[in-house]
Amino acid sequence: MRTRLLKSSTFRLTLAFSGVFTISALTLMAFLYMAGTRALERQVWETIDAEIKGLREQYSQSGLPGLIRTIDERSEAARERRSVYLLVDRTGRKLAGNLELWPVRAENETDGFRFTLPDSPEMSSPQSPVFGADRPVLARAFLLQGNARLLVGRDIQDQIASQLVLRNAILLGILIMIVLGVVAGYVVSRWMLSRLERVNRTTRQIMAGDLGRRIDTNGVGDEFDELAGNVNDMLERIESLLTGMRQVTDNIAHDLRTPLHRLRSRIEVALMQNTNVMESRQLLDETIREVDGLIETFNALLRIARLEAGDRHSDWEPLDLGELARDVVELYEPLAEDRSITLRYQGNAQARTNGNRQLLAQAVANLTDNAIKYTQERGEIIISVDIRPEPTITVLDNGPGIPRELRDKALERFVRLAPERSGPGNGLGLSLVQAVARLHDARLELHDNNPGLAVTIRFSNDRHQTTSSINKAAARAA
Amino acid sequence: MRILIVEDDRDAASYIVKGLKESGHAVDVAYDGKDGLFMAASDDYDTLVVDRMLPGMDGLKVVQTLRATGNRTPVLFLSALGEVDDRVRGLRAGGDDYLVKPYAFSELLARVEALGRRRVSDATDVRDTVLTYADLSIDLLSRAVSRAGREIDLQPREFKILEVLLRHPGQVMTRTMLLEKVWDYRFDPQTNVIDVHISRLRQKVDRGFEQPLIHTIRGAGYSLRLADKAP
Repeated sequence: MRTRLLKSSTFRLTLAFSGVFTISALTLMAFLYMAGTRALERQVWETIDAEIKGLREQYSQSGLPGLIRTIDERSEAARERRSVYLLVDRTGRKLAGNLELWPVRAENETDGFRFTLPDSPEMSSPQSPVFGADRPVLARAFLLQGNARLLVGRDIQDQIASQLVLRNAILLGILIMIVLGVVAGYVVSRWMLSRLERVNRTTRQIMAGDLGRRIDTNGVGDEFDELAGNVNDMLERIESLLTGMRQVTDNIAHDLRTPLHRLRSRIEVALMQNTNVMESRQLLDETIREVDGLIETFNALLRIARLEAGDRHSDWEPLDLGELARDVVELYEPLAEDRSITLRYQGNAQARTNGNRQLLAQAVANLTDNAIKYTQERGEIIISVDIRPEPTITVLDNGPGIPRELRDKALERFVRLAPERSGPGNGLGLSLVQAVARLHDARLELHDNNPGLAVTIRFSNDRHQTTSSINKAAARAA
Repeated sequence: MRILIVEDDRDAASYIVKGLKESGHAVDVAYDGKDGLFMAASDDYDTLVVDRMLPGMDGLKVVQTLRATGNRTPVLFLSALGEVDDRVRGLRAGGDDYLVKPYAFSELLARVEALGRRRVSDATDVRDTVLTYADLSIDLLSRAVSRAGREIDLQPREFKILEVLLRHPGQVMTRTMLLEKVWDYRFDPQTNVIDVHISRLRQKVDRGFEQPLIHTIRGAGYSLRLADKAP
């Protein structure tokens, strides 16, 4: 769980966000810190400059003795003001001030410098400020006549203390921010992970073979519920396809076993020694017919599978449904007449559409074939074509029809509704028609013809646009 | 006829060879595309039977290359791919006919013979407007049919069937070939629709004449010929 947590994208995202947030906060705080420090320092310099200005005036008015007096006064008061003074003559001997020794000489003393008050008794006079040891001081010096020098400085211990307080506060804030970010990331990703884990657990169970499992939803309707819903729908579809496939496989096994068995017995008989040449030949002839039937069944299955798998429109052409219907009528009319069935075409509109002529003709031929098979003598079969509301082609007969409750079943593969299964056909005719219709985005509808059956292939009106958009897509891809 | 089979499946090839030889043809075999192309280009065959899937060089390529050199020998493609556009691709590559596996040998034989003879007959037939066989003649322009001087009245489709049979006298036309040539449909009608059409035609063309012309060839199809005279 821990490694998963670290690997989880949610956590990494949270981490990245808090990282960016921390960096920007750090920048802001650093800026604040620096600006604050500088302001404090400037304040110190201003104080020092003001003092120097005052002392300089004092010096020009009343000379060195006046200056010494003033410095002594100020040193006395400096205990609270934290000021540092030192006046030395040209030999460096102290004349006045609260500092005993001139600090280490800096490069450019009149520009101001920084030094530390060392913790040594000889540095501090009795009037020396309260401070004891190692106190940082900002100072500036200036030359008087006769090479006497005056140093005016200010203890900045307090400023540094405030700086420290500020810095610590900032560091603490940043630390809190990081901790909060990590905790929030951890909590959020834990929550997300637990919801994802639910999906994962279910899919693992499904992979292990429990196809009936579904992912529970919270009922909140959030993205996770949507995901779970979609996955559940997908599983539903897969399960129904699998069931269908299993059923088809069962049917194939059933339907092919019988002819294979017949085939086997026939060959066995042919191999018996007491059959003569004529008999063997006849048996072989029958065998070939049997095999042809098997091949035809397989071909039909393959064709349906290919039609259902593909949506290729490359061989589509504009065609007239009326022409197609008249062709089929003309092809089957002698056969119908042999059985005293009237077969005719009905329709006058120009029903143009795009499609695969061979497949559509085969579909209509299959329907006509079925109609002829199931219509009694002196029956009537009509192939009619209409364009309103959509282009349709319908085969109507007045045979026994199909009861409403069996119509869905009639479209399944290998289903023959006639009770005796010995009749011609392999039970794939309507499935093929269904597959052809689906390829053409058309619906296959079974209705009552009172009496008889009406089978309609109903094309959709926007199919032209669909085709042209497909062509456009193909052109773009090419 | 001299026929070249280009087929990598040696079993299938040997059956085809045996069958074609028994039907009186001279047959050569190539087992891959390169050999096939070489043999087809260097010898004069009446018909080529080419499998679409071949090792080395696939069947489409063989025929395309052959056509590019100006070789016009009729080609029958054999293929396990039966989709309409597979067929179209085969014909576009220069094939003349297309047969999907598994097929009946009689179908293959009929198609091979029709292709081989077409070469000879095409040249004359295209210009002729009158086709004749024995005492039967049809006029393609006036659509008139007569046998032994007697006028026969045919429906347009019956006329078309008779025309196809007359263009291949003595040869076997299978049911699928008739459906292709007469109706331009390439599917297998589940019932015997073609038989019914032929029997109607037969009623008009053969009834009342001593010599029947339209013969049923068992297990194969139909043929226009004089009684029991082998092609």
